[in-house]
Amino acid sequence: MDEKDLDLLRILEENSRLSAEEIAMMTNLEKAEVEDRIRALEVAQVIKCYSTVINWERAGNGEVSAIIELKVSPERDFGYDRIAERLSRFRQVRSLRLITGTYDLQLTVTGKNMQEVSRFVSEHVAPMDRIRETATHIIMKSYKENGNAFFEQPETERLPYCP
Amino acid sequence: MRNFTSVRAQEIPPSGIRKFFDLVLAMEDVISLGVGEPDFRTPWNICESSIYAIEQGVTSYTSNKGLQTLRDALSRYLAQHYNLNYSSDHEIIITSGVSEALDIAIRAIVDPGDEVLVAQPGYVSYGPCVTLAGGKPVPVRCVEKDHFKLNPDSLAEQITKKSKALIINFPNNPTGAVMTESDLKAVADLIIDHDLLLISDEVYAELTYETRHCAAATVGALRERTITLNGFSKAYAMTGWRIGYLCAPRELCDAALKIHQYVMLCAPVMGQVGAVEALRSAEEEKNSMVNEYRLRRNMFVAGLNRIGLPCHVPEGAFYAFPSVEKTGLSDVEFAERLLKEQRVAVVPGSVFGSGGEGHLRCAYAVSRKELNEALLRMEEFLNTL
Repeated sequence: MDEKDLDLLRILEENSRLSAEEIAMMTNLEKAEVEDRIRALEVAQVIKCYSTVINWERAGNGEVSAIIELKVSPERDFGYDRIAERLSRFRQVRSLRLITGTYDLQLTVTGKNMQEVSRFVSEHVAPMDRIRETATHIIMKSYKENGNAFFEQPETERLPYCP
Repeated sequence: MRNFTSVRAQEIPPSGIRKFFDLVLAMEDVISLGVGEPDFRTPWNICESSIYAIEQGVTSYTSNKGLQTLRDALSRYLAQHYNLNYSSDHEIIITSGVSEALDIAIRAIVDPGDEVLVAQPGYVSYGPCVTLAGGKPVPVRCVEKDHFKLNPDSLAEQITKKSKALIINFPNNPTGAVMTESDLKAVADLIIDHDLLLISDEVYAELTYETRHCAAATVGALRERTITLNGFSKAYAMTGWRIGYLCAPRELCDAALKIHQYVMLCAPVMGQVGAVEALRSAEEEKNSMVNEYRLRRNMFVAGLNRIGLPCHVPEGAFYAFPSVEKTGLSDVEFAERLLKEQRVAVVPGSVFGSGGEGHLRCAYAVSRKELNEALLRMEEFLNTL
């Protein structure tokens, strides 16, 4: 991992749809080298996948998301890892983290509607072994995701010429 | 009625981009590479601290020199980043942008008849400020062959008994040239041998892409005869805040301070509060903007060379300075036709003085998308020639 790799990662994180040619121009690398480096970063799982930041509220499909916090009794030898692995297999779980504070694990869960989310939590998550307590927070509105704010900034006036 | 305008005001040349301004106002869908300012907004932490200060009633004059907290923070910052040592009590003045710092620096040192050497191509204010102070600006030409660095031989040719000072600006607007420590050493000897003063405008110091900026006052024995100018506009995207600063040995600083207190009193306090926050917490934001400029530069300069406008790689600031000589058009003709025919605004190099002719200044402080579109339009234009 060198400066050029970091350049590639920053560029792709912002816009993964740029062509290797465009990236090559920005980084002063040959196109083939850009492709090789990106492939290596993919193989090393530094690049996990290429996804899209979507403002679902604007898409208007009515999906509901919630943040679920869990108190978990850790397992001898495994800590939280095994239960986290089990939870991560559910399609509904979009993100999962071990956190400090009152709760141990924090999940983001998405479902078609409120019923689906609550059914998932009460039928699949809460009854799992070692989970002692759950707290469900329905997301009412999302203002910023993955560094992208969902606000439209007004255009500001800029001089056309300025020496 | 008499003509009330002073001879000095009459002597200053009108702005070389006035007519472009008028043209562009009547047009739509123009991509402007003509603006010498960041396209980013000021980082929010800076804005937020200034808004909070206003809410708390921080709206008064400050000390003439500027807020003590800002001068203390700057003094530490300059020492850490550039190995520049200036006392926050006696050697730093906070000004209303580098523009004011430049004016008071020149007025503090120029007597009628003094010659001031001005490295060109250079920012458009240096010559007129010297004229307004009663001095005579003397251009020193920097050429493409030297990558637009200041060549000691060219400097030596222009030095006379009347020469009092030299004004330089590296990283340079409009060429993007930088001067390394060894480049500066070659010039330092001449400055010292001829007992000149150096005014070094280092407002683009944070925007270097290959090497770290070398502050002129750290080279050889230059410190005692150097006035360093810098500001927050370019590095922190704070052009409208108007916060610059002047650093110089006490005697020079005291002279500049007298002028500053009569003409400006102090720099705006909200801007000064923002500047404190910039030094305290905006390093990350600054670095990510610099990184983005570097990527754009690589892309844009490669693009210019590809479409047939030869361009050296600018190592600093956010300007590319391609040559249009091969097209057979003058820089002014090229810029005017490019604007009218393809709606891309660039500044003709001759606006920046001797050595700028035959070149265009293209500011790449615009989004990559706009840069790509500008390149397409420029290529289209070249195809019609």
